[in-house]
Amino acid sequence: MQVQLQSIQKLFAMTQSYTDEFVDNTQKGSAARQGWLSTLAKAPASEVLRLWEDVVAPESQVLRPAETGMVMVRGRTGGAGNPFNLGEMTVTRCAIRLATGETGIGYVSGRDKSHAYVAAVADAMLQSPVWHDQVRDGLIEPLRQAADERRDAISRKAKATQVEFFTMVRDRKA
Amino acid sequence: MNAPLNLAELRPGFSEPVGDSQSVFRALLTATAQPGTRVEVGKALTPPMGLNAAAAAVLLTLADQDTLVWLEPSLRGGAIESWLRFHTSCPLTDHAEEAAFAVVSHAGLAAQMLSGFNQGDAKYPDLATTVIVMVPDLEAGPNLVLEGPGIETIAEIAPQGLPDSFWSERADLVAHFQFGIDVMLCTEATLVSIPRTTRIQSKGE
Repeated sequence: MQVQLQSIQKLFAMTQSYTDEFVDNTQKGSAARQGWLSTLAKAPASEVLRLWEDVVAPESQVLRPAETGMVMVRGRTGGAGNPFNLGEMTVTRCAIRLATGETGIGYVSGRDKSHAYVAAVADAMLQSPVWHDQVRDGLIEPLRQAADERRDAISRKAKATQVEFFTMVRDRKA
Repeated sequence: MNAPLNLAELRPGFSEPVGDSQSVFRALLTATAQPGTRVEVGKALTPPMGLNAAAAAVLLTLADQDTLVWLEPSLRGGAIESWLRFHTSCPLTDHAEEAAFAVVSHAGLAAQMLSGFNQGDAKYPDLATTVIVMVPDLEAGPNLVLEGPGIETIAEIAPQGLPDSFWSERADLVAHFQFGIDVMLCTEATLVSIPRTTRIQSKGE
């Protein structure tokens, strides 16, 4: 589980650096875009698709149909920080364009093609001032809250088992 | 390393990458095994301006991250380059002699010597560059007669717009068989493959 969590976090980091490559220089707020792309990438497919049902999406053209492949996840060793190959993970990606010209890309973990497609459409809509608020409030914010809650629950569970060690200091003088 | 891709104007590739590239590959096998045969490829594609549909279909099918692609200088730096990198992840090269595939328009051929491409290696003749030449039409130009392996008697094509020196230059190169280059002539929807084994004569001769 720990490894899986790590790898998903690494995927998140990788998705960020990979999407940097695509970020159009004319678009402002690429940090915000990284934020929602990571939320979409890490969220469970079922949750994304459930929330997506209530979003009214405009028509879009598929640039690259959703496809599944392997991505090498790299980590860093402690101390020296040398990169090493942690392992491969399954990633599905998709690219679309809205009729209004925004290009959206979705990289998600797992094999769910509709998840990748929804992530791409959501990314494009979030770049458009017309759709931004609807998708942010209807999709991204609930996903982010759910992710925060999951993380808190894990932290609490871990915290509950934390043991406080203390050392008795002996009086050596006596 | 690579400049960021500009996705603002990017055109789509194959709508079904697996099935479409397999059917184009099958068509290319037919075309190359029987030089002079016209095959239809890329009909449904909407490639970027300057790249015709048949050439686009060949590139989507054959180019990948292991094939160096050389584009004619006038095709570099714009929509074609982004499109190719996005859909095939192929590395592009400035050096024609190391390319696995080269893309030139008939107009660009005047500036590019065919001998500048990779002619293959004595041990690995397959390393030679496959030159994808975009021509406006395969029927409206001067008549050519093709003979050789894969052609029962003769085949005829009439590609338009190629410089006069093109076929003589090719003949000089393929005379050193097994070295030589393979050519694919591409129009908007059809393609003719001319491997280095094919002998070509003008009809007048």
